[in-house]
Amino acid sequence: MLKVQNLTKTYRSTQEHVAVLRGVNLTVAAGERVALIGESGSGKSTLLHLIAGLDHADAGDIWLQDARMTGLPDAGRAALRCNLLGIVFQQFNLIPSLTIADNLAFQARIAGRHDPHWHDELVDRLQLGNLLTRYPEQLSGGQQQKVAVGRALAARPPLLLADEPTGNLDENTADQVLGLTRDLVARTGCAFLMVTHSLRLAATLDREVRLSAGSIS
Amino acid sequence: MRALWSLAVLLSHWRRHPAQLATLLIGLISATALWSGVQALNQQARNAYDQAAALFGGARTAMLVAQRGDVIPQRMFVDLRRAGWPVSPILEGRIRIDGHSVRLIGIEPVTLPAKAGAIPAIGRATLQSFLAPPGLALLAPETASELHAVDGAALRSDDGTSLPPLKSRPQLAPGVIVVDIGQAQRILRQPNEISRLLVGDVKGKHLPLATVAGDALRLVAPNAETDLERLTDSFHLNLTAFGLLSFLVGLFIVNSAIGLAFEQRLPTIRTLRACGISARLLSGTLLAELVLLALVSGLIGLICGYLIASALLPNVAISLRGLYGADIPGQLTLRPEWWAAGLAMSVLGAAAAAALGLLRVARLPVLAAAQPSAWRQAQQRRLTLQGAAAVVLFCVAAGLLRFGESLISGFAVLAALMLGAALALPVLLGFVLALGERTSRRPVVEWVWADARQQLSGLSLALMALLLALSVNIGVGTMVETFSKTFTTWLDGRLTADIYVRPIDAGQAHTIESWLRKRPDVKAILPGARADVRIAGQPVEVLGLADDDAYRARWPLLQSSANAWNEVRKGSGVLISEQLARRLKLGLGDRVIIPAPAGDWPAVIVGFYADYGNPKGQLGVDINVLKARFPKMTQSRFGLRVAPEQVAPLIEAMRSAFYLDSSRLSDQSTLKAESTRIFNRTFAVTAALNTFTLGVAGIALLTSLLTLSASRLPQLAPLWAIGLTRRRLAVLELFKTLSIALITALLAIPLGLVVAWCLIAVVNVRSFGWRLPFHVFPQSLIELLGVAMLAALLAMLAPAIRLWRMQPARLLRIFADER
Repeated sequence: MLKVQNLTKTYRSTQEHVAVLRGVNLTVAAGERVALIGESGSGKSTLLHLIAGLDHADAGDIWLQDARMTGLPDAGRAALRCNLLGIVFQQFNLIPSLTIADNLAFQARIAGRHDPHWHDELVDRLQLGNLLTRYPEQLSGGQQQKVAVGRALAARPPLLLADEPTGNLDENTADQVLGLTRDLVARTGCAFLMVTHSLRLAATLDREVRLSAGSIS
Repeated sequence: MRALWSLAVLLSHWRRHPAQLATLLIGLISATALWSGVQALNQQARNAYDQAAALFGGARTAMLVAQRGDVIPQRMFVDLRRAGWPVSPILEGRIRIDGHSVRLIGIEPVTLPAKAGAIPAIGRATLQSFLAPPGLALLAPETASELHAVDGAALRSDDGTSLPPLKSRPQLAPGVIVVDIGQAQRILRQPNEISRLLVGDVKGKHLPLATVAGDALRLVAPNAETDLERLTDSFHLNLTAFGLLSFLVGLFIVNSAIGLAFEQRLPTIRTLRACGISARLLSGTLLAELVLLALVSGLIGLICGYLIASALLPNVAISLRGLYGADIPGQLTLRPEWWAAGLAMSVLGAAAAAALGLLRVARLPVLAAAQPSAWRQAQQRRLTLQGAAAVVLFCVAAGLLRFGESLISGFAVLAALMLGAALALPVLLGFVLALGERTSRRPVVEWVWADARQQLSGLSLALMALLLALSVNIGVGTMVETFSKTFTTWLDGRLTADIYVRPIDAGQAHTIESWLRKRPDVKAILPGARADVRIAGQPVEVLGLADDDAYRARWPLLQSSANAWNEVRKGSGVLISEQLARRLKLGLGDRVIIPAPAGDWPAVIVGFYADYGNPKGQLGVDINVLKARFPKMTQSRFGLRVAPEQVAPLIEAMRSAFYLDSSRLSDQSTLKAESTRIFNRTFAVTAALNTFTLGVAGIALLTSLLTLSASRLPQLAPLWAIGLTRRRLAVLELFKTLSIALITALLAIPLGLVVAWCLIAVVNVRSFGWRLPFHVFPQSLIELLGVAMLAALLAMLAPAIRLWRMQPARLLRIFADER
């Protein structure tokens, strides 16, 4: 499903150059659930952003199914994100001006894959039924993150990426959100790559990959 | 589908932020309304000039005019026709009907050239009635309604002459009555005389002009621009400049609102990008949203523009009639191009105001967009560039001032100066606030200064708009007050006589003069006459002045040589109006040649005088020399010097004796009041546009503060948490905004005075040819400062009260990490 080969990335400023990724190789099979762990500043989020096409790598390749992400222009990377990926961020990033129902259906609609039955199922499973007409600012953090997970999976992408999805939540809420995410991932059969610094949560997935000083150890 | 969903998401932002949407719409509506209002006024006036110019030849047809004097003998028409010249005679003059001055044009429709547009106005069906007795008097419907007359009515002029029955024709320009030339000769009492000969397409063989007419006639080529258009250009350019300024101030609001909307929507933009919307599609969608909003507000703006133009039109019409004798219909008629141009200005203005924001969205890396302060950081970097651009603009203004000569370059000086000052404002404010921060000892005060600096990027555009509006207000206000002060003094000097008489004809003039000479209450009779000539292609009035102590003592001479009046009396010297001297680049001692029927008249310039408000150039000469040089010229007016208590009885006696109405007989105070009324009306338009611009700037400040106040909580909540009460925070916010507004208003004063100087010493001189002395009016400056502070206080009051009454729960949410 996902293949990353010799990926390197260096952040350059006028004062210094910081090599964040130094030849990273990673493979995630279809339906596989992988936790990407490591210290703060080890490059986990950078790797996830590169896989999502949100940033450019200096060298190396990223393949999503049969499509090569690296080297694509912005429009091509946007199309891959829309069709193949679902992304969940630590800060939820819901659209503040849309209701919860509209936020939930948003990505499926722009991908042209809105399925009302699946939408209703997501609402049930995520227990959002009584919140659909509200706006994001009226929800708690845990509720917002559930909406973000639902939005990412509404178009049934083959790969779900999550960047510290529970970083802003308390332990119980984090367990609950991750549990729901795992269930929905299993229900859709998509692959799941999650960045986390929680070893406890990482242990709940199929495989752990540790990133240390810019390389997979 | 993606584009539509993206557009729906972007539009949903406005549903959640209606105040911001209102700001954007108000900005676009004000900009479009003020611009299109001014354009409607200009278009209305220009249509009227075109109608007048195209009317039976006007300046748009080639014509033959007398080489010397005003009239051509009628036999010349017959001679030229026989010699193969396709000419048609026109006799033109002014008559008064019920106190209204009307232009009477006599035509000969059978020979009139086709391109002179006779047939549509007369109509084939009415041609017979027009030619056969009693004939027809054609006029525009608005002229008929102004004269309270209907079709078929037979009017009489104020001197008792009857006119043919009326028939209204919409093709005609207002203020004009067209009759057969025979009728015109009777009404104007000019038998066998014509004013000019229109020339049609010369196809066949014809004798040379000199062979037929000697040197009595000269051929005038068709002119693309009429005298009226040339004379009124400055007036319309002034209006356009104001319209453009208001448009720019409106765009400042739009830019401010769009900038804040982009900033607030950055997380949404990031999410859209993360969900698979490309930067190009997103930019396109943002542009589509902008065009949609611009079209809606443009349409509303056009309706408001129409209302503004309708409100200002009566004043503009009176100004143009009073200043230039141009007749403008009082009913606004607008062409489709006006609507299209207004909408295009709205869309282009919105696009220009949002261009930078759109470019940034297209170029901003998707991850950088996640940083909430990315926008502000970028704005801080721009401050340095703005400062540099301001310096360049000041240099451009100085260069244009030194080397430019046209009116356009005069306005360019103002534009460069004001734009430079606007760009320099945030830099200057930043400097002053940094100084305040460095010198303050108490931590809260230090925070106030530091926080004000941080807020500058969000407020700077509204403050720029305020600076521009205030400085223009000061500039225009100073100019108007200076003018008012100078004009009153000037009128006192210029209106030397106590009573002014305008006889109907030479015969009456002679009778009145004999009658007056027998009256012991008349201290002096000052005969006056005027001849119209062209010097260096420009229309010039030659004004005959009596040799009297009153002129010598009071005539508003700006500069003169020794024995100037004696030279004038001898005919070897002339006085010249300031504007004509500037136009012809003439100085004291230079020679000017006046074309006269009795041969060219060379004279030396012995003095300059102020002649405010006269679009034509003027030469002042001795009345007796003028009569000798222009023998056919009729005595057109008298000035009488009488004791103040004798003014009313003498006027009453003359009214009874000669049946003269108020248009032919008036006293000095009436004339002064009338002149002042015309100038007040002229500046009423300027003052109205000035107030609109200041109002728009006030709205800009209000909306910016309202929008910013919503994003202020993260800065204020920590202070509340460490012990500052909400009330104290509200007072601090109020104090901070008032301080920034005060600094801006104080900076606007020197800028406004420079603007006033530019208007008086550069724009007025290039526009009208005269320069006023520069005065500063401290009381007006203090009043305007008060208005600016009041506007800032009102703008800040609502956000401050909201903060004062804010529930603690709302402030607590800032710390809940739910944003």
